[in-house]
Amino acid sequence: MIKLKNLLKGHTGIMRIAYIMVIMLSLVTIMAFALHDDHKPVEHEKKIVVVKDSVASVAAFKKVYRVLMSPRCMNCHPSGDIPLQGDDSHLHTMNPQRGVEGKGVFAMKCANCHQPTNTPGKNTPPGNPNWHLPPANMKMVFQGRTPYQLAKQLVNPKQNGNKDIKKLIEHADDGLVLAGWNPGEGRTLPPMSHAEFKKAWITWLTTGAYAPKNNLTFFQKTT
Amino acid sequence: MISLNINDQNYNIDADPEMPLLWAIRDLVGLTGTKFGCGVAQCGACVVHLNGEAVRSCVTKVSRAQNQKILTIEGLSKNNDHPLQLAWNEADVPQCGYCHSGQIMSAAVLLREKPDPTDEDIDQAMSGNICRCGTYPRIRKAIHMAAEITRKGGMAK
Repeated sequence: MIKLKNLLKGHTGIMRIAYIMVIMLSLVTIMAFALHDDHKPVEHEKKIVVVKDSVASVAAFKKVYRVLMSPRCMNCHPSGDIPLQGDDSHLHTMNPQRGVEGKGVFAMKCANCHQPTNTPGKNTPPGNPNWHLPPANMKMVFQGRTPYQLAKQLVNPKQNGNKDIKKLIEHADDGLVLAGWNPGEGRTLPPMSHAEFKKAWITWLTTGAYAPKNNLTFFQKTT
Repeated sequence: MISLNINDQNYNIDADPEMPLLWAIRDLVGLTGTKFGCGVAQCGACVVHLNGEAVRSCVTKVSRAQNQKILTIEGLSKNNDHPLQLAWNEADVPQCGYCHSGQIMSAAVLLREKPDPTDEDIDQAMSGNICRCGTYPRIRKAIHMAAEITRKGGMAK
């Protein structure tokens, strides 16, 4: 009986130690998660702060519009289903078609001529690994849009490829957007550097993405 | 060395990775059915299939084609009996003939994706292949004929 009591006493001691270890392990685990949470925002989230300022926003959009309506951007955002070509934005020779995915049709797919990189020489196909038009169900037309129409369209997820402000900002560094500043020999560049465009783009978005007045035109015809 | 798979045969060629695929096919491998026309992807004479797509081999670098499946006019059929080749022969399509290997290779992609194409489909598919002899009406006719041959049991690759 005495032996049995001692054994039970010993057993109770072991159980106590086990309880304490479980509690300590739990604390360590909770602390680890707490520390992990502390680091998470630094790694994944950079909060976008919008401070509404209609004057600054419209002024920034003026720059954005000039770039988006330049041939390097507008040529692949046509109002029809044939891309545009050249600094005069004429219809692409051979009449290649948009197709469902924006990548052409049959023997006339974009990547059949447009290589992953620019082809050397004048009048040769510019290149990009992802050369395409917007798809048929989300045409994202620039051609013919007024500043008001384009501004409204760019921030409408139903017309901009389901992009929120974060994705819109990221889109400034999209490979095909950047290709506008590396257009191949003989083609003019957009009217400002990519860095200046990106700054205007982000400014426009983070000051409220205001659309200019409906009757406003940014271009003045010169004679 | 660069490895090219052309018409199900492997070729190891000693070439600059920037070399146009057309040069490798014609000058290094010796398959001269594919033609040089403009050199800037404007005419379609040099069309071959790269993984089934009608690429312009004059602007396609061998580095892009390395270890991929390339099909030239010589490999379209074993006995020149692809429905398009039969139809081309039947309709007596070529005049000078220079552009026609490219024409047929483009048409083959069309028929694979649209076995019974309309005139509009043909216009959309073939608008990148120029024929200076102006054989377009016979090309259209032959593509319709090839579609019919395929429907009746011929093979389309």
